[in-house]
Amino acid sequence: MKLETILKLPELKVLAEGNPDREISKIFCCDLLSIAMGKAPADGVWVTVMGNKNTLAVASLTDTACIVLAEGVTLDEGTVAKARDEGIAVASTGLPVFDMALKIYQAGQS
Amino acid sequence: MGDQLIFTYIVDGDDFTRAGEASSSVKNKLKMLGVDSDVIRKVAIAMYEGEINMVIHADGGTITVSVSDDDITMVLSDSGPGIPDIEKAMQEGYSTAKEEVRSLGFGAGMGLPNMKRFTDEMNIDTVIGQGTTITMKVYL
Repeated sequence: MKLETILKLPELKVLAEGNPDREISKIFCCDLLSIAMGKAPADGVWVTVMGNKNTLAVASLTDTACIVLAEGVTLDEGTVAKARDEGIAVASTGLPVFDMALKIYQAGQS
Repeated sequence: MGDQLIFTYIVDGDDFTRAGEASSSVKNKLKMLGVDSDVIRKVAIAMYEGEINMVIHADGGTITVSVSDDDITMVLSDSGPGIPDIEKAMQEGYSTAKEEVRSLGFGAGMGLPNMKRFTDEMNIDTVIGQGTTITMKVYL
C-alpha cells in the first residue's frame, strides 16, 4: 500500500503530506515513545495518541513514513513544519487508535 | 578511507524537546556518507536513547561519534549522578525517571536495554556522584 492510500481516507485530516508515493511496510500502534523507539518499523504508519515534539523525533529516527494521531490529538504548527521538512506525513483523526488502524488495514486490503 | 571521521555534540540538559537533535544530525551525516540504512537506524536509535537519558538523568553531557572502516563508535559522557545498580538499570521496565518525563511518553525503562539491543558492543563506566560514560559500537 502506498502512503497516498492512507492520506486519502476520509477519517483523516492531513497535516503534512510526506512522500505520497512511499510504500508502507506495516501499521504500528504504540503510545510509549520508549517502546516505539525500539519497535516502530521502518516505512511504517504509526498510530498514536502521543503528540509532542518527541513523537516526531522518534518517527524520524525510526524512518517512520507517517504519524497518525488518534483521539483528536494534534501537533503544534512548528512540529508539523518540521515534519514537512523531514518528509514525514502527519495526519489526525477523532477515531480511537484501534478503529483508525483497522481502517488503514482495510484500505490496504482493498 | 583510513582516516577516522569524528563528530562531537553537546547535549543541553535543560531542553527536553530538543533531545534528539544530535542523533538526527548523525543520522543525516551517515546517510550522506552512504552508510547502510540498517546500520544508520541502529546508531540513531541507540544514540537517541542515550541522549534522552542524559537529559533526564544527568543534566546533559557530550557525545562523540567516530566513523572508521570497521565500525561506528559512540561515546556518551556526562557528569551526572552515576548509575547505582547497572544490573537493575539494564532490566526492561526498570526506570527512575520522573512523572513529568513519563507523561511525555518516555521513562518506560527501555533506554539502556534498547541501547544494548541495537549495538554490537556496549560498555558502561559509571562512578557515583561523578558521572557516566557509555561507549557503544555498531559494526559496519
